[in-house]
Amino acid sequence: MAPIGVDEWVARSGDRRERHGGWRGGFARVDERLGWWPRLLLVGVAAFVYGEFIANGNINFAQTGFNVVLYALLALGLNIVVGWAGLLDLGYIAFFGAGAYVYAMFSSHAFGNLAAGTGGVILPAVASIPIAVVGVAVLGLLIGLVALRLSGDYLAIVTLFVGQAFAEAVNSVAPSTLGGANGLFGLNNFQVGNAMIGSTIGYYWFAVIALLVLMALLHLLDTSRTGRAWRAVRDDPLAAEAMSIPVNRVKVMAFTFGAAVAALAGTVFAAQQSSVFSTNFSANTLILIYACLVLGGAGSISGAVLGGVVVTVAQQLLTSPLDSAYLFYGVLIIALVARVRPWRHLAAVVAGIIAFGLATRAIVGAISARAVAGSPGSAGWFAHALKHFVIVPSGSPLTYGNVLYIVAIVMLVVVVQLKGVRRLIAVVPTVYIGMCCWEARLTLDPGITAQIMIGAILIVTMAARPQGLLGSRRVEVV
Amino acid sequence: MQIFIQTLVSGLVVGCLYALIALGYTMVYGVLKLLNFAHGDLYMVGAFVGYYVMRWFGGPSALVIPAPLLVVLMMLIAGLGVGALGMGIERFAYRPLRNAPRIAPLITALGISFILEDSVLLLFGGYPRDYSASDYLPFSGSIHIDGVNIWSVQIIVVAVSVVMMFGLRELVNRTLFGKSMRAVASDREAAEMLGINVNRTIALTFFIGSAMAGVAGVMSGLAFGQITNVIGFLAGLKAFTAAVVGGIGSIPGAMIGGLVIGLCESFSSSYISSQYSDLIVFALLIATMLLRPQGVFGRPPLQKV
Repeated sequence: MAPIGVDEWVARSGDRRERHGGWRGGFARVDERLGWWPRLLLVGVAAFVYGEFIANGNINFAQTGFNVVLYALLALGLNIVVGWAGLLDLGYIAFFGAGAYVYAMFSSHAFGNLAAGTGGVILPAVASIPIAVVGVAVLGLLIGLVALRLSGDYLAIVTLFVGQAFAEAVNSVAPSTLGGANGLFGLNNFQVGNAMIGSTIGYYWFAVIALLVLMALLHLLDTSRTGRAWRAVRDDPLAAEAMSIPVNRVKVMAFTFGAAVAALAGTVFAAQQSSVFSTNFSANTLILIYACLVLGGAGSISGAVLGGVVVTVAQQLLTSPLDSAYLFYGVLIIALVARVRPWRHLAAVVAGIIAFGLATRAIVGAISARAVAGSPGSAGWFAHALKHFVIVPSGSPLTYGNVLYIVAIVMLVVVVQLKGVRRLIAVVPTVYIGMCCWEARLTLDPGITAQIMIGAILIVTMAARPQGLLGSRRVEVV
Repeated sequence: MQIFIQTLVSGLVVGCLYALIALGYTMVYGVLKLLNFAHGDLYMVGAFVGYYVMRWFGGPSALVIPAPLLVVLMMLIAGLGVGALGMGIERFAYRPLRNAPRIAPLITALGISFILEDSVLLLFGGYPRDYSASDYLPFSGSIHIDGVNIWSVQIIVVAVSVVMMFGLRELVNRTLFGKSMRAVASDREAAEMLGINVNRTIALTFFIGSAMAGVAGVMSGLAFGQITNVIGFLAGLKAFTAAVVGGIGSIPGAMIGGLVIGLCESFSSSYISSQYSDLIVFALLIATMLLRPQGVFGRPPLQKV
């Protein structure tokens, strides 16, 4: 553990006191003792095992693996700006997009005749990747210079505008070079001499190596003078300035570094997709990257990577009716186990849910047989198991699911506000209604459900655990 | 001349709507120092509420009540509903984070904005809805000036906006609530020590700001016709620009800023190019930021140590 000051030591005394016993405590102690480099090795081993697993396997698994690593890369870059320097950069997506577009322009016929597919400047990857990274880093430097004049919220809105302006600009400016709404396509693969990366698995390996190298570099940066300066500026810019830290330079540096990492991710993304479209770089993607970072823990390298893994895998799971059921009920069970203590309360709540569900269904079924005649939206054995538990009307009308959705949100809010026994009692119908809503409505529109999930990740993480899964709690020194 | 007047009128209409949204931004920023990213989406929700009120009373073609009453009801229900929604969001999402680091409520606001947008998509689908206001508020009732038709809806938008803005000004300057709101805005802790109910003041501020956004949503539906679940993002962004140009935290600033942005957008799209009107608004924002960061009416903030 890094040496810490007395203030911080005192402020953490509460943490030490409330340390868990049992297996959780044991896990936390092992986790604490594990050094940073062994952790990096663990990530490498996990990536290697997965790479071997997808080597002869399903192309979907390869694509998922690539997406995971890509979002981990993006979250790492965002972590520099948001997690370390504390600048809320909502134009991060523009740097990702710019990297992809610069690579695309030097790997297609963008500078020649786009329609005929001839001419243009086509560079090998060893040249175009550095051009993209450096060029976008300079762009980040310029935007950072403007941002210097802005504090906190103003920065957020100006960068949000930058992100929006980027998408609009590539869509409408110079369609003969940037391709307009059609985007640029038919991009060349990464190629060095005769060696060419030609498959998703190849890009997976490339991205994994980039990720590991970047994690190591960023760790060195984090523990360096610059890393400490970033955190000082984040926690208190005024005090940092008083300690003779060049606040402005440090902020611009964070912007530039973040932009460079995003650009690198952009080049890999463009080459793997072999095309770029302005819609790839929308606000939705930005929020997705934020969800990765916030969930994993802003300010922590391993947190950013973990967030990338969790969010991307969850998104992938939602696309299949069976996997999404595993995800939903898995999260439900984890939430209940983690929040309802001790065990006899948990047992009572679970028994209550089962009893409440069966009773409600029996009553509704007695009133109208059609109201319970529908089949759940989940697939596989979930559908069989839940057929006689949840209430889904025949044909599963949207209005029913929509009403349940609103009711479920209201009840969730109520549960959060209640305390003690009342909360335990209110949890029972909330979980049941949530299950009905999931089976009757949310599984029918997995795309929208995924978006709602990302928004929920942001809100729930901020309310329940602002430091994220792996981040360390901010110490407020008064 | 004809084009000029037409542009002026449409600029005024758009500007009034931006001003109404910007007022909510600026009030919330004033009392909480929070940039409420979800504010633009409240405007969108208001537009949807108004649409369903209209459908409930017989849709555009078979109205069961007179059209003026319908318009009043649409605005009233959307205002109250969206106001309550905004108050709920403050109560359940922002209030627990009031003492958290600055970045936490901002990220929560992003999440709320995302959830509102996608919940509307889930509940009502992604296809555009049409208010078809010309069916029940016909063009025949329009005023002619120099060969330009000014549609009754445009007059309604401007009139309602002006009434609401003046109402708000009186509320803030003349009433006890306005006084406590100003007190909370200038120093929350001191206001609390003086016995002002800070939570209630903030909740009411959210209610008023969100209600104005909701009414603006209904009026945008009446004036422009089509609404979708994504209209809130860009409108919110521009309204925020208006708030910044006028000086964030300043109520007259938000009104003037809204009008400036609206006119700017309207004139640049009819005289320069509609493609670049967004970029021109953006350039205006950057210029304000660089030349006069506190905005036209704002005062430079004092930094407390």
